[in-house]
Amino acid sequence: MSYAAGVDVGSTQTKAIIIDENRVIVGRSLLDTGANVIKAAESSYFAALKQGGIDEEEVEYIIGTGYGRYRVTFGNSQVTEISCHGRGAVHLFPETRTVVDMGGQDTKAISVNAKGEITDFCMNDKCAAGTGRFLGAAAAALDIPIDDLGPVSLQSTKPIKISTTCTVFAESEVLAWIGKGKKIEDILWGVHKSIASRSAGLMRRVGINDEITFTGGVTRNVGMVKALEERIEKPLNISDDCHYMGALGAALFALDNVKAGRTPVASTAEVTS
Amino acid sequence: MTTLEDTQELVGRGNREGAALFRDWFTDLDATAKSGGLSAYVFVMGSINEILKTFDLPVVFPEINSLQTAVRRVAHEYLEEAEDYGYSPDICGYVKADVGTQLRGGEHPMAQIPKPGITVLTNACNTYIKWAEIWERMYEIPMFTIDIPGTREAGTQTWKGDSDFEGDRKYVEVQLRELITLCEEVTGKDFDIDKFREVLGHANTMSRSWNRVLELNEAKPSLFNALTDGTIYLGVANGLRGTEVGARYFERLVEEMEYKAANGIGQTIEEKYRLLFVGVPCYPIFRRFNELFTDWGGTFVNSTYLWFASGGTNRGFEYELADPLASFAEGVLVNVRDAMDSMFHQDVVLKDMAKDFDVDGIVYHPIKSCRTVSTGLADGRKHMTDALGIPSLFMESDMMDRRVVSEAQMKNRVDAFFEGLASRRQQALADPKVR
Repeated sequence: MSYAAGVDVGSTQTKAIIIDENRVIVGRSLLDTGANVIKAAESSYFAALKQGGIDEEEVEYIIGTGYGRYRVTFGNSQVTEISCHGRGAVHLFPETRTVVDMGGQDTKAISVNAKGEITDFCMNDKCAAGTGRFLGAAAAALDIPIDDLGPVSLQSTKPIKISTTCTVFAESEVLAWIGKGKKIEDILWGVHKSIASRSAGLMRRVGINDEITFTGGVTRNVGMVKALEERIEKPLNISDDCHYMGALGAALFALDNVKAGRTPVASTAEVTS
Repeated sequence: MTTLEDTQELVGRGNREGAALFRDWFTDLDATAKSGGLSAYVFVMGSINEILKTFDLPVVFPEINSLQTAVRRVAHEYLEEAEDYGYSPDICGYVKADVGTQLRGGEHPMAQIPKPGITVLTNACNTYIKWAEIWERMYEIPMFTIDIPGTREAGTQTWKGDSDFEGDRKYVEVQLRELITLCEEVTGKDFDIDKFREVLGHANTMSRSWNRVLELNEAKPSLFNALTDGTIYLGVANGLRGTEVGARYFERLVEEMEYKAANGIGQTIEEKYRLLFVGVPCYPIFRRFNELFTDWGGTFVNSTYLWFASGGTNRGFEYELADPLASFAEGVLVNVRDAMDSMFHQDVVLKDMAKDFDVDGIVYHPIKSCRTVSTGLADGRKHMTDALGIPSLFMESDMMDRRVVSEAQMKNRVDAFFEGLASRRQQALADPKVR
């Protein structure tokens, strides 16, 4: 059996996926990226190997993706996470034509064809407004764990309107609402709606098609899923694998190379990020 | 017969000579400044160079001065000085870098910039008017604004022979006659109609040649990079408009491009993808920005910049020397209107460019500095994608301010764009119906 791997080095977390030649996920891992990006990529990859009980020699091709893709020093080539999320989403949900990926520092809207190839994409520019980092800032201001943000927000009965989407200003605005005696769940639902509104704007720029798949770390947040579905008035495809979508897409591209008989070439690409 | 000597002499000559002429132009400005001489401050879109050159007024393009601070990686110093003085971070970076230059008494990396004795502008850009008011107050100089009637509605431009057009032309001519009177007062010289004819003749040569150069770049592979080489040509097109040296330069540029076309000599990289560029270049990382594309074999074969920033040459409009002032008014009307259309009705020309230059993709580069030129690009992009089915990339940064230029994010977008182009090409090979 031969295997292919994808390693997605994101701004917040690093994910690794190993698939077999039937495109079945056989190993995975997820770690915080931290300051040492090269180490995060290696640790994540080896953790996925260990989880799948696979020897390093059995993996024939590795693709790095994400902002740290050129730091996957043991990888054979790189593909942007934009292409990888599209590829992974259509693999898991074949009718997907729009992908929304919400990560730590950016949100991407991607339109794809039936093969998972990008036909268009759009991202937030230069600031982390309306991304996962915004939720992190709100969690810090309210002193609650990030994993509780979604469930707590769904308890809202009188949502307030958050006017800023600036990650830096989010904290002061949240604190101001607390000062006015507003409930945490109402503030949080307002935060989720604010991000959903901005993300929907990006999605409209590439076209909101009938089947939409939500990817990235924020897919674990049930409040964000509900807020986005309400905003675009369409259901979203979600699965536990959505958090790993970039790595999965990279692994699928890597398997293409294995099947095409392409010889792995050690990465010597220029580091730009 | 083609010889190695021909190739060595001709290929790249336009870049070499253009860079030298550009430096010479600044050397002359430096001499003017150091001798206490005055200049005319003008703008790229509607410079009215032809009248000012007839009065021997050295022309200063503050937009070009500003972009040069970015290319030379010192723009942030000038921007910060203007912001410390009170200008908002949100306004045009060209304006602020110029304010920084003026606050430094004309100190600039290219030369000592002379002070203005007059400023002449059109309404081609709304910022021009507020910008020129700064000099008017700073130096107490005459500011002459020429109001150019723009296109009323997309696709409704009128042309010579139409009564509306003639009304617009006369409206411009009356203003130009007032400007001539003002120039006579400022310089103490009488207007010399024969010299004006001579200047117009050189401008005609430049316009005719520039049109030919653009047309020749339809060749495969393309002959020059519209973003990098093209910007060198634009420097001469603006600074030396209406001069014998400028005319000769463009004739020689045509000679170079015809030679390259005849011998199949393209750019320095293998051309895999032909691209159009829409917007203003990213000067803070000018070379690197281009490399993001050339690393993938992407070459810019034409741009809207070569259109609206070409100093009135792009339409190839030629003045009728028998009736110079009336014809000049017509040229100013047509060229400035056209520059304004580049912002608001660009889709018509872009469709032609995409077809004529057989492009694989279009790169839209909105800039934070200028909402006027950037507003509508997102909608324009969507319209073009729907109309032509040509992939496009939308990527915002700035032409001046490195604080809003994120190279890592730009590279991510560019790489994804080319990944899409590559898979599209693979599909096309498998199924010729997919282009």
